[in-house]
Amino acid sequence: MKEFNILGNQDTRSGFGDGLLQLGHANENVVALCADLTGSLKMNAFENTFPDRFFQVGIAEANMMGIAAGMTIGGKIPFTGTFANFSTGRVYDQIRQSIAYSHKNVKICASHAGLTLGEDGATHQILEDIGMMKMLPGMTVINPCDYNQTKAATIAIAEHEGPVYLRFGRPKVPIFIEENEPFVIGKAVMLNEGTDVSIFATGHLVWKAIEAGRVLAEQGISAEIINIHTIKPLDEEAVLQSVNKTKCAVTAEEHQLAGGLGDSIAQLLSRTQPAPIEYVAVNDTFGESGTPDQLMVKYGLDSSDIINAAKRAIARTSKQMA
Amino acid sequence: MIDYKQLNDLCSQTRRDIVRMVAEVNSGHPGGSLGCVEYFIALYHEIMNHNSDFSMDGKGEDVFFLSNGHISPVFYSTLARAGYFPVNELNTFRKIDSRLQGHPTTHEGLPGVRVASGSLGQGLSVAIGAAQSKKLNGDSSFVYSLHGDGELQEGQIWEAAMYAAGNGVDNLISTVDYNGKQIDGSLDDVLPMGDLKKKWEAFGWETLEIEDGNNMKQVIEGLQKAKTLTGNKKPVMILMRTEMGNGVDYMMGTHKWHGSAPNQEQLNIALNQLEETLGDY
Repeated sequence: MKEFNILGNQDTRSGFGDGLLQLGHANENVVALCADLTGSLKMNAFENTFPDRFFQVGIAEANMMGIAAGMTIGGKIPFTGTFANFSTGRVYDQIRQSIAYSHKNVKICASHAGLTLGEDGATHQILEDIGMMKMLPGMTVINPCDYNQTKAATIAIAEHEGPVYLRFGRPKVPIFIEENEPFVIGKAVMLNEGTDVSIFATGHLVWKAIEAGRVLAEQGISAEIINIHTIKPLDEEAVLQSVNKTKCAVTAEEHQLAGGLGDSIAQLLSRTQPAPIEYVAVNDTFGESGTPDQLMVKYGLDSSDIINAAKRAIARTSKQMA
Repeated sequence: MIDYKQLNDLCSQTRRDIVRMVAEVNSGHPGGSLGCVEYFIALYHEIMNHNSDFSMDGKGEDVFFLSNGHISPVFYSTLARAGYFPVNELNTFRKIDSRLQGHPTTHEGLPGVRVASGSLGQGLSVAIGAAQSKKLNGDSSFVYSLHGDGELQEGQIWEAAMYAAGNGVDNLISTVDYNGKQIDGSLDDVLPMGDLKKKWEAFGWETLEIEDGNNMKQVIEGLQKAKTLTGNKKPVMILMRTEMGNGVDYMMGTHKWHGSAPNQEQLNIALNQLEETLGDY
């Protein structure tokens, strides 16, 4: 198992905020909109540095999405910022009609996604957003795994023409992606080559997958770990190539099982090369208040859940493990 | 000098286009379309500085957003007869493989349309965004938008109203088609809206009224007055009283023709009341 150095401990939303600030300097067409969560989204630096290009919309997310769509007319590249719940479920129709169907170049940037929002509880812990966004024709869906990758993704999506959903989170998590690693939309990142099982993870679950891979290695199981930061468009070639070798797959995500990364990969495998697949995801339930760590354990999103899923997947193949 | 004869000829022909388009496919929304003909003709032939050689960004020209997308027939006829696309294409309205979708969209690349609309309440926000984009670009031209009165029941409209006033979006001239009717009946029966003028004023908008939105002179003067009110740190709202179904006697005074198309016999009656001035498509 490859060694991963922890380069620091930082929230992914700070990667967004720092990436946005860098973009502000690099591209004068980049504008930012926020619905009364500037501090939570780490957008203060952009606001202070580029006050003329920052638009405080107030607690009115539907209006924010419409304004962002309108700002693209004239060549602006709007980045909207609010919690993932209010970035998707609350404004689905606005995104669908004014942004996706109208093919507007809006970057929907969503923090506090998933259970790791923690103590605020289920009202805010959206676990359906990836599904909702990936169903929209033409929408790119990205869920980076650490501070550095989120920063790089933020910068990369400004160069992409078309609507993007960029999902990140609240808690501090290990930084393990190198600062200068290029971010290519739609290109999976091979983290560890292995032969027995393919683990496809996204967002906060990527680090959990690495932790799981270490334990599996100690037990003589060689896990291939692939970071799927772009859920749509899915890097089908990377998935198929890996499963062709390992013959089984585990998907891991901080999202509902229905509609998430696991669904995308299962659909791909079932129509091309069927293979056993096990899911690490929230299974048809809402979250609750608690610390992020407690919630990840209670709802089955911990590294131990990935380990068990890997073993189940392998057991369903005809392979004999050492 | 404004050539009212020419404008009224355009109105009559546009009304013929509307009823023929919806009758052809036995669907669509003639009522509101007929009521807004004078507004569209005034906007595209007298008021706006616009370029029929369409560019999405609309830099250096006035741009228009139709928020109540269901009155697409009047929008399409106006765009076609203003040179945005061939008039004959009106014949494809609501048919398979057409750029003239039931509700306007950018998806098929129809020149003149800058955002999809149909799901109500979204166009004011979009227009505000476009207006702010113009300001960022140092572009002194205007943004216009049209909304249904029933559409004002959508909450997003009032989010947008607050925002535009709070941020001094004063290069925006919005209009409400105040015909007092929606699909299920009169506004007062469905959801009374109270005093709309006071509401918009309370939200911080410069608000004016056009008493008869089916009188070309009044519409032009109202829009010209609105222009003089721009640049004053306040967005501008025109409450324009119109008659749903205007120009076709049996479609007036009722909400019945909001979303119903005339049959062949009814179409003939309507066409007999509307002079063919510029030639049918």
